[in-house]
Amino acid sequence: MKWLFFSFAMALSTTASATVNVFACEPEWSALAQELGGDKVSAVSATTAFQDPHRIEARPSLIARLRNANLVVCSGSELEVGWLPLLLQQSGNARVQPGSPGYLEASQYVVKLEVPRVLDRSMGDVHPGGNPHIHTDPRNIAKVAAAMAERLAQVDGANAATYRSRAESFDKRWKEATARWEQQAARLKGVPLVEHHKGFTYLISWLGMREVGDLEPKPGIPPTTSHLAELVQQMKQAPAKMIVYSSYDDPKAAQFLSQRTGIPSVMLPFTVGGSDRAKDLFGYFDDVVARLLAPLQ
Amino acid sequence: MSQKKWCAAALTAAACSAQAQTSDEVKRLEERVQQLEQSVQQSQAQAASRTQSESAFNPAVSAILNGVYSNLKQDPASFRMNGFVPTMGEVAPPPRGLSLGESELGFSANVDHLFRGSLIAAIQPDGTGVDVEEAYIQTLALSNGFTIKAGRFFSAVGYQNQIHAHAWDFTDAPLVMKAFLGGQLNEDGVQVKWVAPTELYFDVGTELGRGAQFPGATAGKNGAGSVNVFTNLGGDIGASIAWQTGLSFYQTSPTDRAYDDPLNGITNSFTGSSKLWALSGVLKWAPNGNNTVTNFKLQGEYFKRKENGDLTFDPTGAALTDGYRSNQSGWYVQGVYQFMPQWRVGYRYDELNPGTTTIGLVDSGALAPSDFPILADYKPKRHTAMVDWSPSEFSRVRLQLARDYSRQGETDNQFFLQYIVSLGAHGAHKF
Repeated sequence: MKWLFFSFAMALSTTASATVNVFACEPEWSALAQELGGDKVSAVSATTAFQDPHRIEARPSLIARLRNANLVVCSGSELEVGWLPLLLQQSGNARVQPGSPGYLEASQYVVKLEVPRVLDRSMGDVHPGGNPHIHTDPRNIAKVAAAMAERLAQVDGANAATYRSRAESFDKRWKEATARWEQQAARLKGVPLVEHHKGFTYLISWLGMREVGDLEPKPGIPPTTSHLAELVQQMKQAPAKMIVYSSYDDPKAAQFLSQRTGIPSVMLPFTVGGSDRAKDLFGYFDDVVARLLAPLQ
Repeated sequence: MSQKKWCAAALTAAACSAQAQTSDEVKRLEERVQQLEQSVQQSQAQAASRTQSESAFNPAVSAILNGVYSNLKQDPASFRMNGFVPTMGEVAPPPRGLSLGESELGFSANVDHLFRGSLIAAIQPDGTGVDVEEAYIQTLALSNGFTIKAGRFFSAVGYQNQIHAHAWDFTDAPLVMKAFLGGQLNEDGVQVKWVAPTELYFDVGTELGRGAQFPGATAGKNGAGSVNVFTNLGGDIGASIAWQTGLSFYQTSPTDRAYDDPLNGITNSFTGSSKLWALSGVLKWAPNGNNTVTNFKLQGEYFKRKENGDLTFDPTGAALTDGYRSNQSGWYVQGVYQFMPQWRVGYRYDELNPGTTTIGLVDSGALAPSDFPILADYKPKRHTAMVDWSPSEFSRVRLQLARDYSRQGETDNQFFLQYIVSLGAHGAHKF
């Protein structure tokens, strides 16, 4: 009984705040929620740019955060299948269960790439719904922004007008920025590159680059020496211009291939927070484009 | 721009305009190609969307397969933990040689907007049938941090008891689970849990159960046969460390809970109260919270049990009854370190403390201590080391070595080589 009293006392001591609590699975969505909500929302990301979003522990702190969330925003397409369902089940929070207005899967609002025709785990950790890393194409961010603003307006009706006007302003600035990035990155069209994980498929498709190899022999399977040896041979015959790995990948494989082939390796922040410049979504794409252009100088 | 300048300087106006036209045309063509690509993608996405079918609402189905090769110095049929009442549960090591472990079948899905259902059945390799490990419904739509579970589920006693065997870090259960829970305790009952609205994770809950399984024994009464109350506290320390501690108190009143003494073959039975405290702690470390390359998990539990009641010696024969009182405990601590992707090593130390056991029939002189040989004072211990390789999230091969001092005077050297794979739906694992 003592426990019960103690817990109720704790429940009362945390007074409900006026802001909308956004639980984002990935930093890009907490950054976007902050852009759209300003001081009306308090957005926290469950993961950082230095963590592999496929492999996250369903840790107690995340359950505690989800319990108080008004809106959950995740990439979806089974990216978080190993941990989000548990958090949702344990949170005791009906507002954010799948199917309710408080649950938003970003990947449902964009056209997905690499939707597998055949599903078989022998092909690695494939996602039945398609590649979930949709945030690396800014045009997808714009689509998700529109959907997220609507959800914020639905969840927090009192501030609906604010979310809509902020979304409009964001959309305008975002389209200008996108045009600027496309112009800066025009030289990247057709440039061949090797990727660590298929984490930048949308970025590559947006910029018209050509992915000619992966360091992972199969999605989600760490690089092996035999596979790297094959890549070394392949690069000798048809060299790529760069080897790209993300802020959460182990850089060893990329560095190994780079040393053997003389092809520069490039660390790309996986998402917002993955580098000093990638402080917000604008900074993220500024940085990504600059890092991709660097080896061509 | 540069092209235009070059044109103006070097070529006639006609040639220039022809060039400008072609580059305009190329641009237009590129735009059209892009539009086409987009419409192709969209139509592909539409084509991928579901058509009507009966199977569309099939639950998530998964199967766990596992097999083990065991090389044991002692015959597993003689397994016992001296100093402790035999649980009559499945606590012995797997049989010598090659054997198939339990094959698990799991189904889970949302029932409707209010409930989620889950069924996990274990198919026994020896053809003795199918055990229902878990079969429960859970609420989805309760708010304010409440969830209710009903059915059969792994009881919230300690930490590892709530985790399915295929997700354990070692091939077998810690000795405390073997001695105090009869392996793994699943209760038929109801669980209510509340998660506090605090930044630090805090939950409190209670379970009312049937109490039919060790440490309980069916009393055939209308009320709850067992009550468990539990609380957990957890949080993060920086980005790299996550922790959780738990405390639970389980109480049951077994009636005629019988055990066969493996040392003299006599059956005895206990009626009274059994109380079990479990304190657990888990700490997980990964650099920046990224567990793909290296990570470390430290886990430990302390169990304490008090039993008080009557012990009947040989109920079908002599049938002598007098008081019985025991105060026993045990603990283990284990660490598992992933030193490179796919590879982990681990070590576990187990110890049981027989504490004090008072047997009325012995104190009164009616019987001698040698009539209860398994209850004689002894401290079981075990050292376990393992290395495992997990090529993907769905498969694991493990080698485990143990030196087990559970039997008094007989050291068991154990060697296990085990595989565990999961098919089908991608399961989510508890912290």
